[in-house]
Amino acid sequence: MIAIIDYGAGNLVSVKKAFAYLGAEVVVTNQPAMVAAANRIVFPGVGHFSALQALDQNGLRESMLQAVDAAKPILGVCLGMQWLFEGSEECSAIAGSAIFPGKCAQFPASVKSPHVGWNSLAIQDGSRLLKGIPQNTFVYYTHSYHAPVIAASTATSEHGRQFTAAVERENVFGVQFHPEKSGGAGLAILKNFCEI
Amino acid sequence: MLTKRIIACLDMKDGRVVKGVQFQNLREAGDPAECAGEHARNGADEIVLLDITATSANRRTLLDSVRSTARTLFVPFTVGGGIRQLEDASAVFDAGADKIAINSAAVREPELIGKIAGRFGSQAVVVAIDAKRVERNYRVFVAGGRISTGRDAIQWAQETANCGAGEILLTSMDRDGTQSGFDCELVRAVAEAVSIPVIASGGAGSPRDFIEVFREGRADAALAASIFHFGIENISQLKRQLHDAHIPVRWPC
Repeated sequence: MIAIIDYGAGNLVSVKKAFAYLGAEVVVTNQPAMVAAANRIVFPGVGHFSALQALDQNGLRESMLQAVDAAKPILGVCLGMQWLFEGSEECSAIAGSAIFPGKCAQFPASVKSPHVGWNSLAIQDGSRLLKGIPQNTFVYYTHSYHAPVIAASTATSEHGRQFTAAVERENVFGVQFHPEKSGGAGLAILKNFCEI
Repeated sequence: MLTKRIIACLDMKDGRVVKGVQFQNLREAGDPAECAGEHARNGADEIVLLDITATSANRRTLLDSVRSTARTLFVPFTVGGGIRQLEDASAVFDAGADKIAINSAAVREPELIGKIAGRFGSQAVVVAIDAKRVERNYRVFVAGGRISTGRDAIQWAQETANCGAGEILLTSMDRDGTQSGFDCELVRAVAEAVSIPVIASGGAGSPRDFIEVFREGRADAALAASIFHFGIENISQLKRQLHDAHIPVRWPC
């Protein structure tokens, strides 16, 4: 069972629908017990970094960190991926999980922000999440802040500067783009996650 | 590199896709779920479904159409028409929309933009602006283009961005359905006045029109309905031509 974390921010219908389409058993939950019972966890999210405050209020942060320790596959999407880093300039009062080093920042003033639309991926060899995804595949983004490129980045995109499109280490995965909205390539990425 | 988006718009009446010329003389074009799926397969970067005769009476029809369209659609999906309050937006999101488009309701109550953005994020809120040239200015019209608000379109675009809109869907009423080209002057004026993406709409007729609206109009995305529905312009061929003209697009896709 895949637990999709619902912390009260945004619309989870599309993420749920995509996994259901792939035949996965999914539950949308805000209950730490359900997170503990799941064998895969998806941490979606759109909107403002401050929305992540809700994680602390209902014990979800702790249950997700336990899932990381238990080596359950975890996939952070968009804001969910940003939470895997140390934090964001968007809201310095809220700490990320610091599973990956670095802070999320705004795009340079030379480009339009938010970054909305389809952008191409420069993919590193060896990613399990992006297995079989061709170089330069287009994926759909909508965000104003981005994570830095780090050693664990498995794909990058460019918008005024290079930023992390996908990151992974052991069983922790993150994507800044929306696989559930990225057509066939996005579904293939979610299928990879289901098979890890 | 961020690509320019080609968006297929489905204008819907009583659960069927229709398209008119300058908001009138509606012609029928099909089932929304089928049309959306076909456009996505042909390379549409996004689908917009607008219920052009939205009333409370056919709200259930709209939600049913949204649900059936969203079921197998895995590109961004925007729904507009008759969204008057936060609850209407919530119902449309629950049915599977990724973004909602509001027009008249935003003019009547600009705070609604922030209310929906506060709950679902700015990326989920598209403000649709129907603009018409009146003497030397562009004015905002509502109620399917029937009522003039007297507002200046460029100022209103800035105001919606300040209120929390994530994108602007800008329709030139003068060009809508005419296939005589986008109003690049209007699009550019708005695109330069706001930092959020601007989707140009109204007037698409040929690949040249798309090239112009991206180059001259500085549009982030371009939307068309009639030319795609009646097979006049295949989206995948259109994108190939844009690619050949060095406009960055998602192609092949």
